[in-house]
Amino acid sequence: MLQIPTLESLNMGVAIPALSVAVWACVLLVIDLFIPKEQKSRTAWLAAGGLVFAFIANLFTFNTSGDAFLGLFVADRFGGFMNLIILVTGFISIVMSIDYLKRIGIEKGEYYTLMLFTISGMMFMVSANDLIVIFVALELLSIPLYVLSAFRAPDVKSEESGMKYFILGAFASAFFVYGAALVYGATGTTNLPQIFQTISGLDLSQNSNVLLLLLGSGLVLVGLGFKVAVVPFHAWTPDVYEGAPTSVTAFMSVGAKAGGFGALLRIMIVGLPSFVLIEGANAAWQQVMWIIAAATVILGNFVAIAQTNVKRLLAYSSIAHAGYILMAVAAAGTAGVGEAAATAALIYLLAYAFTNLGAFAVAMAVEKDDGTGTNIEDFDGLAKSRPILAVMMTGFMLSLTGIPLTSGFMGKLFVFQATLDAGLVPLAVIGVLTSIVSAFYYVRIVLNMYFKEAPGDEAKGATPYLNWAIYAAFAATLLLGILPAIATGLTEGGLFAVIP
Amino acid sequence: MENTGLSLVTVVLFLPMVGFTILLFLRNSEQIKWTAFGTSIVTFVASLLLWAGFDGNQPGLQMVQQWEFLPQVGASFYLAIDGLSLLLVILTTFIMPLAILSSFRAHVLHERGREKLYYMLMLLLEWAMIGAFVAHDLIVFFIFFEFTLVPMFFLIGIWGAENRMYAAIKFYLYTLAGSILMLLAILYVGNAAGTFSTPAIMVMIQSGELVIPFDGIFSPQSFLFLGFFIGFAVKVPIWPLHSWLPDAHVQAPTAGSVILAGVLLKLGTYGLARFAIPLFPEAAVAWAPVVAVLAIIGIIYGAWVSYAQTDVKKLVAYSSISHLGFVVLGLFSMTTAGYQGAILQMVNHGISTGGLFLLVGMLYERRHTKALDAFGGIWKVMPIFGGLSLIITLSSMGLPGLNGFVGEFTILMGTFGSDVLGFFFALFATLGIILAAIYMLYMFQKVFMGDVTHDENNHLEPLHWQEYAVLIPVVALAIIIGIQPAPFFATMGATVTDVVAKIAPFITSVAQLP
Repeated sequence: MLQIPTLESLNMGVAIPALSVAVWACVLLVIDLFIPKEQKSRTAWLAAGGLVFAFIANLFTFNTSGDAFLGLFVADRFGGFMNLIILVTGFISIVMSIDYLKRIGIEKGEYYTLMLFTISGMMFMVSANDLIVIFVALELLSIPLYVLSAFRAPDVKSEESGMKYFILGAFASAFFVYGAALVYGATGTTNLPQIFQTISGLDLSQNSNVLLLLLGSGLVLVGLGFKVAVVPFHAWTPDVYEGAPTSVTAFMSVGAKAGGFGALLRIMIVGLPSFVLIEGANAAWQQVMWIIAAATVILGNFVAIAQTNVKRLLAYSSIAHAGYILMAVAAAGTAGVGEAAATAALIYLLAYAFTNLGAFAVAMAVEKDDGTGTNIEDFDGLAKSRPILAVMMTGFMLSLTGIPLTSGFMGKLFVFQATLDAGLVPLAVIGVLTSIVSAFYYVRIVLNMYFKEAPGDEAKGATPYLNWAIYAAFAATLLLGILPAIATGLTEGGLFAVIP
Repeated sequence: MENTGLSLVTVVLFLPMVGFTILLFLRNSEQIKWTAFGTSIVTFVASLLLWAGFDGNQPGLQMVQQWEFLPQVGASFYLAIDGLSLLLVILTTFIMPLAILSSFRAHVLHERGREKLYYMLMLLLEWAMIGAFVAHDLIVFFIFFEFTLVPMFFLIGIWGAENRMYAAIKFYLYTLAGSILMLLAILYVGNAAGTFSTPAIMVMIQSGELVIPFDGIFSPQSFLFLGFFIGFAVKVPIWPLHSWLPDAHVQAPTAGSVILAGVLLKLGTYGLARFAIPLFPEAAVAWAPVVAVLAIIGIIYGAWVSYAQTDVKKLVAYSSISHLGFVVLGLFSMTTAGYQGAILQMVNHGISTGGLFLLVGMLYERRHTKALDAFGGIWKVMPIFGGLSLIITLSSMGLPGLNGFVGEFTILMGTFGSDVLGFFFALFATLGIILAAIYMLYMFQKVFMGDVTHDENNHLEPLHWQEYAVLIPVVALAIIIGIQPAPFFATMGATVTDVVAKIAPFITSVAQLP
């Protein structure tokens, strides 16, 4: 017989941050109808206000842990930290977009509501405790992003971007569902803690379900690997990133990764940590993860060298950075390292979020009104015409390389430490060697800005709001590099809620 | 090891940053120049106070300051000095005002502008270098060590000579590649020990609490040692990892070369002395002969190639490779004399080679060329300049009575009496001293002696008072160390004795290995 849950048993309080964004997005959709066409920046500020509210709510729920919606949703420090990253990213992206959209002539109120929808999708995704919810959140995250990528239509590149993303994204979702179904077949549940319990109770060496589980978790990995763009599921990234409006690219290069890695880490650390094929060995998925991570950092970094367009270059660099985060995921496969690895992934994501947003923001400032002008040569002499922008861009490039005193160094430090902790020495060596490769293409942009004797672009796009977004990203990049304890302090005391 | 108040070490470390912050708000060119110079002078005076307050008889760290940095991973902001750190800090703060003062009249600054950025980078660089010398936590050390790359990269790239972009990139990538593997080794050691503070790790190694397995030249400890060694070797540079150095030196502006030769290269030898050898004593002892052979190849190769140069700056650059070979040899002799000589030689090389680059810079400002053939007979035109140059040249080639001799002699003594190296190593190294005399005198003769062959050289501008102010301290220090090296040896004495005593037991234990 169907039991109707009481409102109390749903325990919705812990889900307020994510819920508020979703609800506000629906409300804003209506409000936007009454805002005159030439004043759409009001919609932007209303959307940003909603994120501020969610941010404050998230601070209140940060240290609580508990599940909501009968175990479908879980609030814990991991989710809280991820929400922090997602909300800050969303806020900065919205502020960056205001003038940019006006400038390139695609200012529409729906842009901001779509942003809110995808942000709520990300927030549900990182706190989802059930494969079904992860899938729903994944769709909520993805569909608005498909639309946003094509927001510049009828520009052909932007349409191509949206179309490509949509078709390949739909495939990836299908893989994910198939994988979830197979995991259900093997364990009889889609709830992550219950999956964990079932697996712990099985003797996997003599169980035929092991094949189902192996296949299922593999397909889940394919689905999420597509979202976070790791090799070999990365092929869409450069085209989509290049074609989409730069503000969208900036947002999705951080937000979509945060959501995808949030779900991936939770599935692997909460659901499948004890999925071992041989007694006492590391988790069965570790080896796959580390091969993918190694392939990703190698391909991402080497192909980035050949790029001449900064948006494409940053696309490949974002693939490489996904590889570094995946190194932390691989490290989580060694028993006892899970917590440290998740911390490393969080710190890396936080560091990467600010830096990458900042780098894209500078690219937006240099970009021309018709969407061109993002080639590397367009940065020539920027240090002369726009010295402050050049300093900021230098900071972002150094941070992406992982030079000390920037947040990127701290991220790499934590990831490499987790990787060594897990005993994956070859992977760590591949990681540092490819960082040197990355130094080459990042420094090329710095070189063009400072050493080329060119008149320098006037960077018309550097409007006040965009500048503030750049300054904020730069300040955060430096601050995390100099006082990393601010961020690491937030991860103390257990990331994942232990729910019996 | 109490933790009360602000240690003088911290003050010295952050003084350049104070100047850096003030510079941010200045606009007037004169104000910018003199503020930068004033900051470096104040830092120098503060570092002398550091010396005054230092107790040379006491081994171990003094004036300790410890703050939390990353408690989760066991890294802390651990600042302190001992004899080794102190001397190099003073070398840094001594060279910096000279480098800044010598930039006042540099043409390239007037041509390319961006003076403010230039002096800000200088102070940033000073901060990072001092930080690397006083940090006793592996992570914090690495942060400073690696960060020195950034200001230097810009100094070469913006104000360098024609081929500056290539040189800047090569410098950046080469040294980055070297040091990044060291990061993994650092993390590995830190994970094993549970802390990154070097004094704590040293205690654990001595007490046997932390054992990094060693059973031959290809064991875990050796790989960690090599991780550190390669990182520092690129910086020193030890042959065959030196190829970035001539490019960087030749393309860098004068002040950049002075700092590069005077201090930055010392980060490499300092790292060997401070971390690579004491943290992995067994591996260091086992690899010592290999390293020493590389050092000797460097000594002879550097000298040989120096002689073949037609560009004065390149000649001096290659001579650096030769001189630093001596330092490495001294360190890997694992004797008190060798270690002491090596440390003194680090200071000496900073003074002599820094001085030589200053001289080359002054000639370049007058003639806009660095070709050896373009000069000749300068003594007749500028006798005082010639005299000062002679002293610096002789100090660089190790003439008794000047600083270079003391350092090199002590190193050779240490190498000769070493259980690890021994007679033949000392013999070949001596060859380097003879070669040094050849190429240095060759250079001096080509530039200063003989008749004036180019008419332009007859009308060289006499030395400006600022140039005197730059050269005289260098010459004075070269003579002081040459005649009276005792205070310098006394400063580092207890520290070195302590380090060498800790390594000594491992020399015998490695010798007993099959």
